[in-house]
Amino acid sequence: MSEQNQYSIMRDVVLFTGLAMLVAFIFLSQGTVYSLRMMVEAGCYAIIALGLTIQWGYAGLFNVGVMGFIAAGAASSMLISFPQNPEFWNSAGPALVGIFIVKLIACGVALWAASKSPRWGVGPILRALLIVVAIAISYVVLSEHMDEMSKEIEQASGWIGGLGLPVIVGWLVAGVVAGVIAWFVGKICLGLRSDYLAIATLGIAQIIKHFLKNADWLTRGTLTVSPLPWPVQTPADGEFIMARASYLTVVAIAMVIIYLLLQRAYHAPWGRMMRAIRDNETAAASMGKDVNRRRLEIFVLGCVLMGFGGAILIHFASIYDPSGFIDLNHTFLVWVMVILGGSGNNRGAIFGAVFVYIVWVMSEPLALWLFSLIGTYGQAWTGWEPPSDLASRALQMRVFVIGLTITLVLRFAPQGVLPEQQARH
Amino acid sequence: MSLLDIRELHAGYGVMSILKGINMSLEAGEIGVIVGPNGAGKSTTLKAIFGMLNITEGSISFDGTDITGIRSEQLAEHRIAFVPQEHNVFPTLSVHENLEMGAYVRRDDFSSVMDHVYDIFPPLKDKRNQPAGELSGGQRQMVAFGRALMIEPKLILLDEPTAGLSPMFMSQIFDRVIAINRTGVTVAMVEQNAKQALAIAHKGFVLAGGCNSFTDTGQNLLNNPEVAASFLGG
Amino acid sequence: MNEIVFFINKGITSGLIIGSIYALGAIGVTLIFGILRFAHFAHGDMMTLGAFVTLILTAALASLGIVLPLPLAFIAMFPAMAITACLAIGLDRVFYKPLRQAGARPVVLVMASVGVTLMLQGLIRLFAGVRSRDMFIEAPKEIFRIPFPGASRPLIITEPQVLLIVFTFVAVIVLHWFLTRSRLGKAMRAVSDNPELARITGINTNHVVWATWIIGGALACAAGTLLSMDVTLKPDLSFNILLPIFAATIVGGIGQPYGAIAGGFLVGFSETLAVFNWAILLRPIKDHLWFEVPANLALVPTQYKLMVPFLILIIVLIYRPTGIFKGRVL
Repeated sequence: MSEQNQYSIMRDVVLFTGLAMLVAFIFLSQGTVYSLRMMVEAGCYAIIALGLTIQWGYAGLFNVGVMGFIAAGAASSMLISFPQNPEFWNSAGPALVGIFIVKLIACGVALWAASKSPRWGVGPILRALLIVVAIAISYVVLSEHMDEMSKEIEQASGWIGGLGLPVIVGWLVAGVVAGVIAWFVGKICLGLRSDYLAIATLGIAQIIKHFLKNADWLTRGTLTVSPLPWPVQTPADGEFIMARASYLTVVAIAMVIIYLLLQRAYHAPWGRMMRAIRDNETAAASMGKDVNRRRLEIFVLGCVLMGFGGAILIHFASIYDPSGFIDLNHTFLVWVMVILGGSGNNRGAIFGAVFVYIVWVMSEPLALWLFSLIGTYGQAWTGWEPPSDLASRALQMRVFVIGLTITLVLRFAPQGVLPEQQARH
Repeated sequence: MSLLDIRELHAGYGVMSILKGINMSLEAGEIGVIVGPNGAGKSTTLKAIFGMLNITEGSISFDGTDITGIRSEQLAEHRIAFVPQEHNVFPTLSVHENLEMGAYVRRDDFSSVMDHVYDIFPPLKDKRNQPAGELSGGQRQMVAFGRALMIEPKLILLDEPTAGLSPMFMSQIFDRVIAINRTGVTVAMVEQNAKQALAIAHKGFVLAGGCNSFTDTGQNLLNNPEVAASFLGG
Repeated sequence: MNEIVFFINKGITSGLIIGSIYALGAIGVTLIFGILRFAHFAHGDMMTLGAFVTLILTAALASLGIVLPLPLAFIAMFPAMAITACLAIGLDRVFYKPLRQAGARPVVLVMASVGVTLMLQGLIRLFAGVRSRDMFIEAPKEIFRIPFPGASRPLIITEPQVLLIVFTFVAVIVLHWFLTRSRLGKAMRAVSDNPELARITGINTNHVVWATWIIGGALACAAGTLLSMDVTLKPDLSFNILLPIFAATIVGGIGQPYGAIAGGFLVGFSETLAVFNWAILLRPIKDHLWFEVPANLALVPTQYKLMVPFLILIIVLIYRPTGIFKGRVL
């Protein structure tokens, strides 16, 4: 074993021991119920961070739309696992939704056929025309149907309700939906320069959130949906600690399985190739590697994890609220976890997620306390009148700190606290 | 004292060393031609002079000053010009603006130099307001030469000026190089077309594996059977 | 005729207004993209920052009791532009330049700019709160009502809107003059074309970088201020305005200032015309139509306005990644 590896193991041991001590301290000082909640959420963030660390660390892809994939995953999981809404199933709604899906598929086929039309001897200009016509007709047909459908459903039954399937199915579907969205985004942007992916993911995240907020018929919009089912006993049925502890167990198992699979993939030929592409794209491409395809794979895989982790996170909160998806909490916080923990290192992502989340949660009362202190003393000593929205301003301090952390880590510790182990083959 | 004097130059990209002891000297007014097989370090030598890679050992002096490891943006002030092999014009700038950019470091009036360049390359005068990116390969090469001449260089470095040009253009380019040289500009040039290039060279340097393999006058190298056998294709 | 007046007020004027804002922002983004080679995510918050600088100066002027024929905020905008330009250079010095010199990949710079945007956002909201503010401290904004022949309703345009359009027009002319006539402007285009060759030629890259941040920062300040004068100053612009500005940049072709202007107006007009209710124009001729005119005939519901720039972006990326003005695909 090389010296570098030993050093890195020492570092792992020291950092994770420190983390364990921090967690123990939180349990002792804040009580078990509170700490369990924090650990469950940190675990969910760890899964999301694993998704991001493979995109950034393995492939150098800059995804600024983590929040969108979390939101999409959470919404799909909610729809799959929430109990059925009998009013909806007794109304004309299901038929309308069915017809909508049929129309959607038909439009998709038409668009596909138009874009593949050169196979049947269609010229480029005609093809462009066909595509435009197909898009226009699809848009009119679908949006008209959507209007009618949403009005009808909202009147008859409020919203479509869930499917009442097991929660685990919901979580898996969450990953699949996030992955499908990622496939479309990646297909368009991955052949181009990395900045374009950043811009497109930023856009898609805002649009997913907008859609979920406004689609009352599908997700009740801002009315929120609760309580979301748990795969284990919920606190409502019995004891708080028991319920949260079992949820934590589920999260931990999921996280460990994902971690082990990713470690395997990292050391497999697939992972080696990914790193080769990241480190020297031109060389990898000249060796005949299909760079864009590999990138698409990893982008989709990362987003699947984000959707999955996001679904678990939202189910735990037990309330689905589309306004609750915030760039800061669900995108940039994850970024800080990944780059602070060490990009390209899965243990680093887990360490970063747990550590940063604890600091993040603790920083809220700290900021409020600090600012009320400033307010009180400022008033007493200088006669300064603190603004009435001091509390909400105090929380902005955390936005600043997140931004500062990102820039400082990039400049002074681009490797993070747990650097990527350069495996030798 | 030589105008350009390179002694025992070791250089490379990062830790990878490509040049392993290059020696080269050019007197003012000479044409020096660097030839050799692919990977011998021909273009790398030019880039090393131009501060574009890590020099680990050795020295480069120009006109009595040490310019080892100088940054590339400072060389124009020493009146050394470089014409890269490709991407050697500003494509969206007009021909005229390309030439103006060549004179960026000059604060004096350079209109006479510009007229001189238009005299050497008459086709450029007609296309002065066209974007350089729209010109043909040969005309782009003229723009690149003209841009380099704007500082009235003492030394001009040419990296494979005939690469990718048709044989007809090739001889035109060599004529231009001689014409430029006659005005008193020292030329150091890397060439694939070794025979034609050595024919116009005062000095030739045959490189192999990052070292000097033969150094002599152009004519002597052409007549040297050993050089002919190994580098000039018989 | 009232319908046409309504169309001009709601469609043309607002398209022109929002298009100007996007164009002013996109010029900066495209120059930074072309010369420094990264997508500057902090541009939206730079606009907010500039507007706040203007607000502070305006308040200072107003407290001195100064009264001018033009709105104070517009006058205060010019020194604010200079201050924002300096701040932009400062941000570059502290956050981007060290990374550039360390040879970081462009995507790392993109990320650093995300960090910077969060810092600006946090600081602005920390010191100014999150409520919206009026840029017209001393007097209400003037509204011009121009009678339109044959219509009972007038064309409406406000003073800040007129100022915005005039400012954009002048700014574009000055920029054009700078880029095609001045030595530094040409050097900027040269660096954007071919940075390696620019260095060899002896162009001072530092000056070019400064010029880029000065133009980008000053125009961002102007865009932020004029937008806040038209509506109100809200500190939550950042990501919502970033997407249309990026769309405008990419549509126009990266590194192409004229493309950015065209792209800005294209995106601005598409946005307003997509959410415009076309039924209003059809109503007067509804008796001659074979179909019934629905109450709302907007192409896109207003709440999905953000879809428009995103779709434009996607379509351009798929079919013409170089943009309409043939920029680079970096």
